[in-house]
Amino acid sequence: MMESAEKDHAELAKDFNKDEPRVDWHDETLWWIRQKRDMSVNRLPEWEDLREAASLIKNNALSNLNGYLQEFEANAIKNGIKVHWAADAAEHNHIVLSILQEHGINQMVKSKSMLTEECHLNNFLAENGVEVIDSDLGERIVQLANEPPSHIVLPCIHMKKGEIGDLFHKYLGSAEGESDPQVLTETARQHLRDVFLTRKAALTGVNFAVAETGEFVVCTNEGNADMGAHLADVHIAAMGVEKIIPLRKHLSVFLRLLTRSATGQPITTYSSHFKKPRAGQQMHLVLVDNGRSIQLGREDFRNSLKCIRCGACMNTCPVYRRSGGHSYHYAISGPIGAILAPNLDMKKHADLPFASTLCGSCSNVCPVKIDIHDQLYKWRQVIVQEGYAPEAKKAMMKGMALTLSSPNFYRFAGKAGRIFMRIAPFAVNNKLNPWYNQRDMPDAPSESFGEWYKKNRK
Amino acid sequence: MSNRNNILAAILANQPDAAPLPDISHFNYLYAGEDAVEKFITVSTGIGSSVHRVSDMMQVSKLIGEKFPQGRVISNLPEFAHMPLVDEVHTYADVELSIFKTRFGVAENGAMWVTEADISERVLPFICQHLVLIVNAGDILSTMHQAYERIADAEYSYATFISGPSKTADIEQSLVLGAHGPRSLTVFIIG
Repeated sequence: MMESAEKDHAELAKDFNKDEPRVDWHDETLWWIRQKRDMSVNRLPEWEDLREAASLIKNNALSNLNGYLQEFEANAIKNGIKVHWAADAAEHNHIVLSILQEHGINQMVKSKSMLTEECHLNNFLAENGVEVIDSDLGERIVQLANEPPSHIVLPCIHMKKGEIGDLFHKYLGSAEGESDPQVLTETARQHLRDVFLTRKAALTGVNFAVAETGEFVVCTNEGNADMGAHLADVHIAAMGVEKIIPLRKHLSVFLRLLTRSATGQPITTYSSHFKKPRAGQQMHLVLVDNGRSIQLGREDFRNSLKCIRCGACMNTCPVYRRSGGHSYHYAISGPIGAILAPNLDMKKHADLPFASTLCGSCSNVCPVKIDIHDQLYKWRQVIVQEGYAPEAKKAMMKGMALTLSSPNFYRFAGKAGRIFMRIAPFAVNNKLNPWYNQRDMPDAPSESFGEWYKKNRK
Repeated sequence: MSNRNNILAAILANQPDAAPLPDISHFNYLYAGEDAVEKFITVSTGIGSSVHRVSDMMQVSKLIGEKFPQGRVISNLPEFAHMPLVDEVHTYADVELSIFKTRFGVAENGAMWVTEADISERVLPFICQHLVLIVNAGDILSTMHQAYERIADAEYSYATFISGPSKTADIEQSLVLGAHGPRSLTVFIIG
């Protein structure tokens, strides 16, 4: 699946903004989900205590990640799970392929796993002759559209039902023009039921892995992870190393927070605890680093590893809602994606920390209290220091620094600007000025505040 | 093994100073006794389950017979013993109804806990078109904290919380029941 590497966030957002009614619809849909989250959260008087507990548990988990990973591994092996370690995306992909090849399997069903999106597993397996079918409805839809998910919880939130109907007509044989969600979901159910019943291997993600017991928990509403795993001879679960939590009882805190934050539901329909393979089945678990150990060493940014992938920061973000998930050109979009992506490739993702108003709403809704907007601000400084800021931005910053450091030049520049805007408004009210694209420029004031103050001071 | 050791070494080198675990025993129980049952019913109904409060298993059998007169039924309960289990999981594809007893329910979210031992085959609560779960009124707990106190260090190979019928809202946020798993969940509360 393509990621539009050539265009940056601002350019991709501009493309998204060409269709204004669609932007409004996207914005309102996500805001409605944010409101559902609020209604659900406000019913729990202990909500803030829960967030604090979750945050502290994750702090503890990260502070002893080395120990917990070894404890988890030992327990998982004792439970009969085969544990693999992958340093990066390529190793992860090779491990999955080699497990499949060992069993002579060339078709696999997969439930939602943002990690496999991060690793571009589907492409890799396709190149190696393995067909992968995504079984989460939203993921199946974007897979048919040959697009990446635009949201970690709601993969096709950017698509209209008519477009989905067209895809289903083309690929799954539904009636032309059919766009009723009930009918389309039934079409997908029949199609995917056949897939579940015929695949010998199933891959799932992991929401939480418990060091104390060696079990892992997978949450879905559709039941697709369970349908895949329980019918397959081989179950492969893929997880980032940061998914570890110390104790089984800590699941109580995280399962209370996860879906209330994500969609406003009190819990997902299924919260499945996989501890041992079923009789006759092989269960593999791939532990993936892919930059996480580096992020753990970045003091300012390590908190991003506490993320439980609820998507609340995206639903609330005024920039995400109006620019769409694809404008972030990374597997994980929105504010959390913008603080995870630069760790992997600072140059490629240098634009993302700037795709924010720093309003702080993301940090306020985060169920594990990640300081997302502070980290966005800190990434900007790192990116500029490391020389990855866009040239225009660098020149502008230099100009600003010069102007602000000299009071005389500051006064001169202000006056010149005001006169210029009065005499030649067309010079700024045109397409070369990005600010003007969506709004009118204000009238230039006749005098500066400094001048007004001098006149009016008593 | 080198991968494993390299990753663990990198993590050890970069992990921050030890941070203590919080005490999570102070979370108050929001609902108790009959309040918990009522909350459980409200939440379960809200997420699309149909809930019946009955006095005994006789009533459960009777109501199931009325509600699901046709199709293949699978259960491991003695009341439904004429519906045997088979070996090969794929042969369950045409099951119309599965019926199981659960260990407990959770008032705050309508979730019910079953282990592999309770459902005989992991796929059975998922592959059926309709699912019936049974819970004792006295086993309805307040919140997930109580749930994990009950689970504690229980031994199981697989277990799951089930809350409502399988569902999706992936197409324009329209809620549709019956995504891949059961199209309906009927809950019987005994007592």
